[in-house]
Amino acid sequence: MRTVSSLLDDRWYARYKRISKLNIRSSIYDVTNRCNLRCKGCFFFSSGEHEAAKEEMDITRWEAFVDREMARGVNLAILIGGEPTLCLDRVEAFYKRLPTFCATNGIIKVPRDRFPDMILGVSLWGDDVDEKILRGKDVFSISSKNYAGDPHTYYLYTITPKQLGKTDRIIQRIRDAGLKVHMQLLSNDEGVDGFHWRPDELVQIRSEMDEALDRYPDTVISSKYYHEIITTGKMQGRPFGWMECPSVTEPLDKRDPKPRRLTHFIRWASDLETMHRCCTSETRDCSTCKDGAAHMSWVMVNKRAHMKSTRDLQNWIEIYEMFAKLYRFIPW
Amino acid sequence: MAVENGKIIFRIAEIMINELKLEDVTPDTFDPDIDLVDEVGIDSMDLATVALVLRDEYAVRIDEDDYPKLTTVRLIGEYVQKKLAA
Ligand code: SF4
Ligand code: SF4
Repeated sequence: MRTVSSLLDDRWYARYKRISKLNIRSSIYDVTNRCNLRCKGCFFFSSGEHEAAKEEMDITRWEAFVDREMARGVNLAILIGGEPTLCLDRVEAFYKRLPTFCATNGIIKVPRDRFPDMILGVSLWGDDVDEKILRGKDVFSISSKNYAGDPHTYYLYTITPKQLGKTDRIIQRIRDAGLKVHMQLLSNDEGVDGFHWRPDELVQIRSEMDEALDRYPDTVISSKYYHEIITTGKMQGRPFGWMECPSVTEPLDKRDPKPRRLTHFIRWASDLETMHRCCTSETRDCSTCKDGAAHMSWVMVNKRAHMKSTRDLQNWIEIYEMFAKLYRFIPW
Repeated sequence: MAVENGKIIFRIAEIMINELKLEDVTPDTFDPDIDLVDEVGIDSMDLATVALVLRDEYAVRIDEDDYPKLTTVRLIGEYVQKKLAA
């Protein structure tokens, strides 16, 4: 029988053991239906999910809900929205109880005296020109001032096809602001002209992402295998899509055969009762979905499929480490 | 239901091999003390698959909170024995 230690040298085996028993159990929470921006291509608004449920306004209900989630085994809360920083009491209900990641557009500065080490992922959709087209303003100029040098914040850089050839400059700006960055690809849910990925562009962006990782290893949180998976949509020859996706809300998952999936994962709407289909838009076409977290989770839940060779298992370790770093289960 | 410890260990190894499609190993050669996570590479979803079969066969429910403790086939066998005796 092929064993982990027979595939890895001591250094890699130590890396494997550092993550092998983390047992991360995440779920995603829409903290609010409101946002202080309206980005073109935002899956939340474009799919009407902001109207799917009425927000729960009673903070004690949020607190009781988080307690129930923990009893269900959740050990990582991923807060999205809308814009979670519009409702800091709700954010605090999570943060006080369990490891919490909060996605934000970075316009409102999270008070660090109240949330000293909460991990923030600040969204970034390209350079000032793209951000103005897609988000109505140059959001980076605000968010980078708010969070410059913050040791618990990184940029979630959604790369669009328009960013080809420009990613280096953006990553430099992030580095100069003393922050880190994780890259993902736009799925273009609202079909904005010129923002669809062509196959040749995906090939090109993959090599740009690889170069970024080589050039800025202290700034970029990523892995080359992740770049391969996200740009090709394939893992070991298997295409990504509905029948493979690990990030489907468990109680709504009626797929047969059931693929390997995230244990007990649910994406909750802000009424704390409604569940969304998956980690992203209900109306998104799974065959073209580029959701970064779903792709990395896809690799993570398929560990034994990566025990075919040393390189395969190392690839798996690098993706798991990337995920664990993004949510600070291990240091950057 | 009383079941001999050796038999349970053999059966758990057999379930693991069949359900998880482990290659180049038989229930006889499966080391009952090998670390399932650190060496065999199984995860909690694999363990849940095995737990389902054990539940059907022995009417024993493996509590998810106990998964982290069940790191070898021998430990799973002892766990099942204990539950059967309770
Ligand atoms: S900031 Fe985020 S939630 Fe708000 S509109 Fe843009 S993508 Fe959507
Ligand atoms: S849209 Fe993406 S994340 Fe959602 S179910 Fe489809 S493949 Fe998975």
